[in-house]
Amino acid sequence: MENKNILMQADHSRSRLMKEKAFLWIVVFFSVITISPIILIIWRLIQKGIHQLSFSFLSKTTPDAFEAMTAVAAGERIPGGIVNGITGTLLMVALAAIIAIPTGLISGIYLYENPGKRLANLIRNVADILQGVPSIVLGLISYLWVVRYVTQGFSALAGSVALSIMMLPMIVRSTEETLKMIPITIKEAALALGVPYHKVILRVLIPTSFSGLSTGILLGISRIIGETAPLMLTALGSTAINWDITKPTSAIPLLVWEFYNNPYMVDMIWTSSLLLMIIVLSFNLMSKQIGTKRK
Amino acid sequence: MNSDKITRIVLLLVSVLILVIAAGMVFSLVDGAIPAFQKFGLKFIFSNNWDPTQGRENYGALPFIAGTLITSVLALLIAFPLSFSTSLFLGEYFKKTRIAKVVSTMVDLLAGIPSIVYGLWGFYTLRPIMIKFGIGDQGFGIFTASLILAIMIIPYATSLSNEIISMVPADLKEAAYSLGATRLEVIATVTVPAARSGIVAGYILAFGRAIGETMAVTMLIGNSNVIPKSIFDTGNSMASLIANQFGEADGLKLSALIAIGLILFILTGIINSIGKFIIKKMS
Repeated sequence: MENKNILMQADHSRSRLMKEKAFLWIVVFFSVITISPIILIIWRLIQKGIHQLSFSFLSKTTPDAFEAMTAVAAGERIPGGIVNGITGTLLMVALAAIIAIPTGLISGIYLYENPGKRLANLIRNVADILQGVPSIVLGLISYLWVVRYVTQGFSALAGSVALSIMMLPMIVRSTEETLKMIPITIKEAALALGVPYHKVILRVLIPTSFSGLSTGILLGISRIIGETAPLMLTALGSTAINWDITKPTSAIPLLVWEFYNNPYMVDMIWTSSLLLMIIVLSFNLMSKQIGTKRK
Repeated sequence: MNSDKITRIVLLLVSVLILVIAAGMVFSLVDGAIPAFQKFGLKFIFSNNWDPTQGRENYGALPFIAGTLITSVLALLIAFPLSFSTSLFLGEYFKKTRIAKVVSTMVDLLAGIPSIVYGLWGFYTLRPIMIKFGIGDQGFGIFTASLILAIMIIPYATSLSNEIISMVPADLKEAAYSLGATRLEVIATVTVPAARSGIVAGYILAFGRAIGETMAVTMLIGNSNVIPKSIFDTGNSMASLIANQFGEADGLKLSALIAIGLILFILTGIINSIGKFIIKKMS
């Protein structure tokens, strides 16, 4: 019907060309609007946050409300930094990665090795659904499982469990997709030589797809570093440096949330957010870099 | 037992863990939600009264279900012209050019920004603009939250439709060009119809994202526990309510929050399954 229309009015009239031009400009205009927030956000963070970024900001713990209040009242810079958040993020993200990476890699290999199997299809579909579960719900789950029964209180472990459930399906799917891309002949050559199955996985499958696997892992890590909501229900926060996984722990995004809610510490939100963005974006770009090198 | 068999069993057992986690999640959410549903029955979903006052505790989820759906639909409507244009920019007009690479990297970075940073930016940059235009209560409200949500879901909607649009076979398009069609006519009559289901799937998945967003929404929606009367009113979403009220929750209130988590879980599960189903049918 519409195709017929084109034939009937195939008259290079000016209005058609005008429409054509106008649409191109609309597309360009909306595309520029689409990418402008990223520039505006990064600009704002740098502009507001860079001047407080210092060694003491990275090496001191957060001040308590009273210290911040007196500093603000005296017109001084708020003392202290966010080292308790940095160590907390490091602890919880590392622990989540330790849980999620091996599990995710193994499951991804299983899915790759058993294509078309009923159980594999079920696992794949469930992983897809898990990937869509809102992070706050994962926080609730980890609260119900870990905070209630394992550590009997808010803890870094609970935060890590929530983050690892978030990361797991991402790694499973990226592992499967990466493995699908390596030529099957490589694997068959190894099997033909009589190499045991676990060695085929460790010495052939994983090394040949290494860059692809790391892309997925780095991207997964960059996603969980910035998560705030699940940590609010699990790790809670702490004003001191904590390395004990059974105790409440802070994280950079949690501190941003605390500063946002405390009128005396508002000055610190931009520098903490800037630091968070630098970390998240460097993981993000690193994964992209590896990804493009592969091609 | 030989080593190959052991390897296979290990692979299987670890993979089944995903099913165990998912089943455990459903079990724990249902188990935690039982007291709330026992007390209020189905009225929990359809009642619009959320009152945690001791003695006359009453919990209804309707304001939050409404708030979630309204913000997410509005975000989708705002995001559509932006992300659709961007996917045409990337997949059609400037396909495989350097500028397309730069734009697509920036769109991807948009997906990497933490929710809380979006919230801060919305609070300190968008909200003053809203106040200037007299929108919402002190700039807070459904509209402000939807605006920030729209920016957040753009990368999810864009990446899939861009991929699908750039996969439309060239001979289809060339056939239309040879009949004298302009580029716009080719897009409208060939590219978009051919890529339609993929584009729809992308927006469905983006919708699923919007429903579960917590931090940015909680910082901008106004957190009033009533059904919003207009898009410029304040309201609250399910995810935002859990984040807000979890701290002081126990007993019946905790159960009500878990029940809301369950509803959120089911809703996103259904939406994502529909999206994935459409994608699967295409390939």
